[in-house]
Amino acid sequence: MKRSKTMEFGVGLFMLAGILGLVFLGLKVSGLDLQRADDTYELRANFANIGGLKPRARVTMAGVTVGRVESIELDTEFYDAVVVMSLDSSLAGKLPDDSTAAILTSGLLGEQYIGLSVGGSPEMIAEGEAIRDTQSALVLEELIQQFVSNLTKD
Amino acid sequence: MIERITHMGRRGCDLLEAVGRASIFLGQSMLGRPSAEGFSLWVAQVYAVGVLSLAIVLVSGLFIGMVLALQGYTILVGFGAEDALGQMVSLALLRELAPVVAALLFAGRAGSALTAEIGLMKATEQLTSMEMIGVDPLRRIVAPRLWAGFVSLPLLTIGFSVVGVYGGYLVGVEWLGVFEGSYWGNMQASVGFFTDIGNGVVKSIVFAIVVTWIAVFQGYDLVPTSEGISRATTRTVVYSSLAVLGLDFVLTAVMFGGLS
Repeated sequence: MKRSKTMEFGVGLFMLAGILGLVFLGLKVSGLDLQRADDTYELRANFANIGGLKPRARVTMAGVTVGRVESIELDTEFYDAVVVMSLDSSLAGKLPDDSTAAILTSGLLGEQYIGLSVGGSPEMIAEGEAIRDTQSALVLEELIQQFVSNLTKD
Repeated sequence: MIERITHMGRRGCDLLEAVGRASIFLGQSMLGRPSAEGFSLWVAQVYAVGVLSLAIVLVSGLFIGMVLALQGYTILVGFGAEDALGQMVSLALLRELAPVVAALLFAGRAGSALTAEIGLMKATEQLTSMEMIGVDPLRRIVAPRLWAGFVSLPLLTIGFSVVGVYGGYLVGVEWLGVFEGSYWGNMQASVGFFTDIGNGVVKSIVFAIVVTWIAVFQGYDLVPTSEGISRATTRTVVYSSLAVLGLDFVLTAVMFGGLS
């Protein structure tokens, strides 16, 4: 087979399209963030029960996504869950230290995410510190259990 | 009875011998020092194997994405969970459908052509003549085709995924009215770059090696008659399809099945 300019051009376009496709998949489909390292800062929050929260879940404030969950670990001292979140650096030093973090569910079957709401304290949370006021995930089974035990008491 | 066992043994020995020949064949053609015009031979093969397969792969990807969105929507809407459509379409495509379907199409479109081409070269004694004038057919004919296949199929798979996700968007968002933000948002929240896209690409690289290897070896090893060529072409498609589906199960079990 003879090699011609159009053939080379076609192969070049093909490879370029493949690389562009990978970039599209990375940015648009998996939501990869290129400037993650320097544009975020970390906060921690302890929850009594995280329900079905997973790493990479959204962290929102007033419904706007402001960060992601980095990791979830068990605190062996208090036996609760430590959730490390990376937040947009534009929020650094602007969250009052009585802000609250709650684990919420989008829709009835949707994924779980963390909703932050701002407090009114003049003191701000520094990077790496923990949000003290947290609200655990609603676990449906526990609610039903409480409801049933209340019913049987009456 | 004894004859049966002997027959079985002979078949086993033949099989082992073929596997050994194929491995030596792969090693010899991959390890050879590339010749000066190797690059231009490779470009010509990428054009024949990759660029010309682009149309069938992209059209199939578009339709598979659209069908996934349509099927997924009718099921998910019953649970009020049609917002999860993007996540379903993208995970199904990236993890399974794109690598497997692209490899099957590649085996049918490019693999059979490779087998027939090399087989005809062998039947018309072009390969022997090349050896006579001191050109190594493994390096001149086989190596560029192997490398072209290894590069082309992963690129085709990526194209398949992209077009499939877009097909799902067309049906899900534009036609059935899923909210655009939840289509892309749920997708981005659940797809991991290395866990899903990376593993899909790794799968497609494995399939590329297996399919191209089978196709080229079947062409190189066939009985040089017209019947031999037709049989080898059939075997290429059958063996590579089975190998892709079987390997896919193993790879899925290792990557996503929690075995590790």
